[in-house]
Amino acid sequence: MPALLLELRSWTVGQQVGLLFLILFGTLTLASLALMLARLRAAAAGAAEDGPRQLGALRDLRALWVGAIVFWVGWVSGPVGATTLCAVFSFLALREYITLAPTRRGDHRSLILAFFVVIPLQYLLVANRAFDLFTVFVPVYVFLAIPVLSALAGDPERFLERNAKIQWGIMVCVYGLSHAPALLLLGFRGYEGRGAFLVFFLVVVVAVAHATQEQASRWLRRRPLARQIDRSFSLRAFTIGIGAAALAGAGLFWITPVDPWRAAVMAAVAGGSGTLGEFVMRALKKDAGVRHWGNRSGITGAAGLLDRVAPLCFAAPVFFHSVRWYF
Amino acid sequence: MSLADAMGQLLAFIARLITGAQGHWKGCPPKAEQRIYFANHQSHLDWVLIWAALPHELRAVTRPIAARDYWTKTRFKRWLTTEVFHAVYVSRQRTDDQDPLEPLAEALRRGDSLVIFPEGTRSSAGEPLPFKSGLFHLARQFPQVTLVPAWIDNVQRVMPKGEVVPVPILCTVTFGAPLRLEPGEDKPSFLERARSAVVALRPAGA
Repeated sequence: MPALLLELRSWTVGQQVGLLFLILFGTLTLASLALMLARLRAAAAGAAEDGPRQLGALRDLRALWVGAIVFWVGWVSGPVGATTLCAVFSFLALREYITLAPTRRGDHRSLILAFFVVIPLQYLLVANRAFDLFTVFVPVYVFLAIPVLSALAGDPERFLERNAKIQWGIMVCVYGLSHAPALLLLGFRGYEGRGAFLVFFLVVVVAVAHATQEQASRWLRRRPLARQIDRSFSLRAFTIGIGAAALAGAGLFWITPVDPWRAAVMAAVAGGSGTLGEFVMRALKKDAGVRHWGNRSGITGAAGLLDRVAPLCFAAPVFFHSVRWYF
Repeated sequence: MSLADAMGQLLAFIARLITGAQGHWKGCPPKAEQRIYFANHQSHLDWVLIWAALPHELRAVTRPIAARDYWTKTRFKRWLTTEVFHAVYVSRQRTDDQDPLEPLAEALRRGDSLVIFPEGTRSSAGEPLPFKSGLFHLARQFPQVTLVPAWIDNVQRVMPKGEVVPVPILCTVTFGAPLRLEPGEDKPSFLERARSAVVALRPAGA
């Protein structure tokens, strides 16, 4: 096994990334085949409709395929393509968020600023690797500009609440998500061109933490931490999720620039913040009275993107800064 | 592809990018039959939204109504309404010797579908205004044409009155079950029935 790892390390970056995608798509193909066989067997046994479990698996698998293809497209099209792709995702996610946040007429200019100025500028900063300005642009400058524009519109009603909602949406959908392409572009000594591995690492550990926590809370049936928000989210399940993320991270240490221990810590931090992010988004959805992001009567279309990227929006900044400062 | 087609595709793409322009066909499927779609009217974008929510094949035969004095003022406006949207022009000034519905009847005789906003003007918020009688006259004159009610949701938040740049917010167009003029039904009760058919499509909680 160590010999194999050493062999892998001696490959070029392109070969390593190629192997990564081969494994990723191979696993997905196997999973799809297995699900198809299961459905065929169920159909042969006389079940006319797919059960809820199969439908859920089908939906998750489809989302994974889309995610993997997007990831691949992002890699193939290089830094510019990946950054543009994430900017489009930010746009769509913020669109879903604002749809459910009750804004007033006076917020119109602030929203235009958010969509058509903040998103392009933030991603331009990422693409130019201006990481210092990129980390303060939204929390400082946009934070000050949004209420000024709102005040100029001359509508004092629920002023703080409206501005807080817009600022929060920008923080999650734009600032958080923009850290994913930033990881791609972050250069370490001796680790140039391997940013895709870091993004892959982040996505895998966040997904592992999230899925494990969901399964664990289903099996354990512990007392929920906050019944009003999530009837199944318990401390035990959360800890198990973090543990699983740490294990996955340690297992993947060879694609990161650090040793297994640090990889495990990084994975635990990222997985934990992703799960907590999902938890927070659930509180928000409860408040808005919906089960999924998107339109109230939304059944089809692009609705529900925010559901998919929310854990990443929370995990990416934490992960990015932990990688940048501490490791 | 002609320039007008390309412009149409571009506008539909922008409408989808900004609003999603999701069409929900709750009462009837999208179908190539002659129809009059009638909807609530809150914004200048209403027509583009309905148009973008229609399947591509139906867009060419579904026509909006445009005020002649405004939409023929410049060459660009005239090109946009004639070549891209195939609009039916009506005059806002009423002359005694001409039926104001005549251009609409002409389009229906040719076999085209129409989109009309029977409130006559944009209602700023809340309940739609009472319907104007044009819908009733068209329904009586063309009993073979299917009348489809539609509710356009959320669009007033995209572009409030007086603003020029739209804000991206998801909007939906819900198409309801077709309506027809019952034998012996008088004008006020038909118009009220049509209006409540539109209001009934409003998503809960909106």
